[in-house]
Amino acid sequence: MRINLVKFLSATALCAFLLLSSQTQAGDTIKIGSFLAVTGGASFLGDPELKTLQMYIDEINQKGGVLGKKIELIHYDTGGSPKKAVKFIKRLVKKDRVDLVIGGSTSGTTMAVAPLIEKFKIPMISLAGSIKIVEPTQKWLFKVPHTDRMAAEKVFQDMKKRGFTKVALISGNGGFDKSGRAQSLALAPKYGIEIVADESYGNKDTDMTAQLTKIRATDAQTILNFGFGKAPAIVTKNIKQLGISLPIYQSHGVASKKYLELSGAAANGVRLPAAAIVVADELADDDIQKQIASRYKKQYEAKFDQVSSFGAHAYDALMITVEAIKRADSLDKKAVRNEIEKTHNYIGAGGIFNMSADDHMGLKEDSFKLLEVVDGRWQIVN
Amino acid sequence: MSEYVLQFLISGITVGSIYALVGLGFTIIYNASDVINFAQGEFVMIGAMSAVTFSVAGTPLIIAIIMAMLVTVLIGFALNLFAIKPAKGASVVTTIIITIGASIFLRGAALLIWGKDFYSLPAFSGEQPIHIAGATILPQNLWVLGMTVILVSAVLLFFKYTLLGKAVLACSCNSTAAQLVGINVGKMMLLSYGISAMLGALAGVLIVPITFTSYDAGVMLGLKGFSAAILGGIGNPIGAVVGGLLLGILESLGAGFISSGYKDAIAFGIILLVLFIRPSGLLGRTTQERV
Repeated sequence: MRINLVKFLSATALCAFLLLSSQTQAGDTIKIGSFLAVTGGASFLGDPELKTLQMYIDEINQKGGVLGKKIELIHYDTGGSPKKAVKFIKRLVKKDRVDLVIGGSTSGTTMAVAPLIEKFKIPMISLAGSIKIVEPTQKWLFKVPHTDRMAAEKVFQDMKKRGFTKVALISGNGGFDKSGRAQSLALAPKYGIEIVADESYGNKDTDMTAQLTKIRATDAQTILNFGFGKAPAIVTKNIKQLGISLPIYQSHGVASKKYLELSGAAANGVRLPAAAIVVADELADDDIQKQIASRYKKQYEAKFDQVSSFGAHAYDALMITVEAIKRADSLDKKAVRNEIEKTHNYIGAGGIFNMSADDHMGLKEDSFKLLEVVDGRWQIVN
Repeated sequence: MSEYVLQFLISGITVGSIYALVGLGFTIIYNASDVINFAQGEFVMIGAMSAVTFSVAGTPLIIAIIMAMLVTVLIGFALNLFAIKPAKGASVVTTIIITIGASIFLRGAALLIWGKDFYSLPAFSGEQPIHIAGATILPQNLWVLGMTVILVSAVLLFFKYTLLGKAVLACSCNSTAAQLVGINVGKMMLLSYGISAMLGALAGVLIVPITFTSYDAGVMLGLKGFSAAILGGIGNPIGAVVGGLLLGILESLGAGFISSGYKDAIAFGIILLVLFIRPSGLLGRTTQERV
């Protein structure tokens, strides 16, 4: 009992000290809290996101900061675990006393902290894909990445244009794949499209010819693959191996040079939706996103490895934040939240953002470019 | 319909030969020490990754493959010398747990060296599919199948007809007795880790044009290869092949005729059933403990 009392007292004293010290600091810096999946299965998201945040916060600070204050980034690695995300968001708000939050990397971690964000009344911009984050809209919660629904819409619009009505769907067993599959199934009727096959595979599988043989037996006019990582490249190769000559659509999950490299000649003719950042070099000079996309790509690749659209989301979230703080001319959470919601015509790496009270993402599906693989290179389809 | 069955079978054999090749690697160390080396999948990954690295650096493919095998053999030796040997006298279960630790370590090291990206090698003899009565197979799959046959025969001959192979087997039967008749058990262990690593590396190099590779590719391959070896009867090289092909065919028929979402559940369900009836695997020797 005695020991417990001592522990309790010292803990209280420590808390009080931390509280005091953080309060004395509060005036000097803008504190951005962040919880990203830098390690673990979703590290392909969190890793470039954190690098981007650090790189641009350094740049902003070198130029004198925002409102005359330096930005301080306080980051915790969730490893993709929603449980840890909840723990970290409490620490960020209560102990670190951040002014706003950018994160998390995955829809799971974002949704886990969403109720707390509303309770703490602190603005948060999520870097995760799911449409559920902003639908229905929650007062303090925003997001910047495109949704899987937008990807499905972009693909179906193009299919409709080309006159395809019968589609074979094949998708992986990951969260991204499953969500994409669900959105595709839900949206298809709207575009008069019938899903004639709905196959799945494990993301670590090495061969999908069995599923594709089944698809070959249907009267599908085109194949849509919602997937991420190496599996879509294997699907692409397997389709060619089986001599199936149907046009192939992929999702934005494979919009990277790696996909082209892995699938080689088999990828020719494949179409997919992708953010402008992926084709920064191929964008027309008068493209409204050209400047920002090539700038981000150049800066990121000068310091790290190949650019991905995920890091670009962190860039957009940071810039929207900075702009909102400048417009609010204060760090008052309510004022900053209101200004984020008023984000208008912000040209970002992911597209043009126009947020409003009912739209806390602000992107339209035209912010996706439709790409076609031509001789191992991306080409924008108009 | 028959044309589908043929394609499903060919798909199954394609995948199955990969499992068989990986499963084969488990047999050597098992035959030497009754230990299941869970770092076998990492040998496969390291072989594939190093081959890609050497090949990208401009080394001709065949030399890149040989160098990748050498690298992996050295890692196999290191695993034995620095992780297994210091735990001399530990029970089989303890040693198996050490190999699990080693696999996590190797995966972590690979992540630091190669990052999280996927890599591939060009197929050895082109990517033009070969048509067989309406079904298709890739030349690389024939490479995998052919090499599996060659390696299985080599492993069989090694254990059956060479003094070295018999000495390795003797270590597993009774290491004290083996020591007494003049077999250097320590050296035999080192050798078995080296050969296992070499087989793993070769498997990795052969399958990388089909399956690609990344730092964590060893997990799934190791698991499937292990299942193949268990199904066929661990320790028996032919068992690994039979188990691998069967597992591949079960998966592909399951995906083709029942549900692609449940294909792993179907395949593993059947494996469990087989092991329930024959705990030592299809071709496994039933062990009799003499008291």
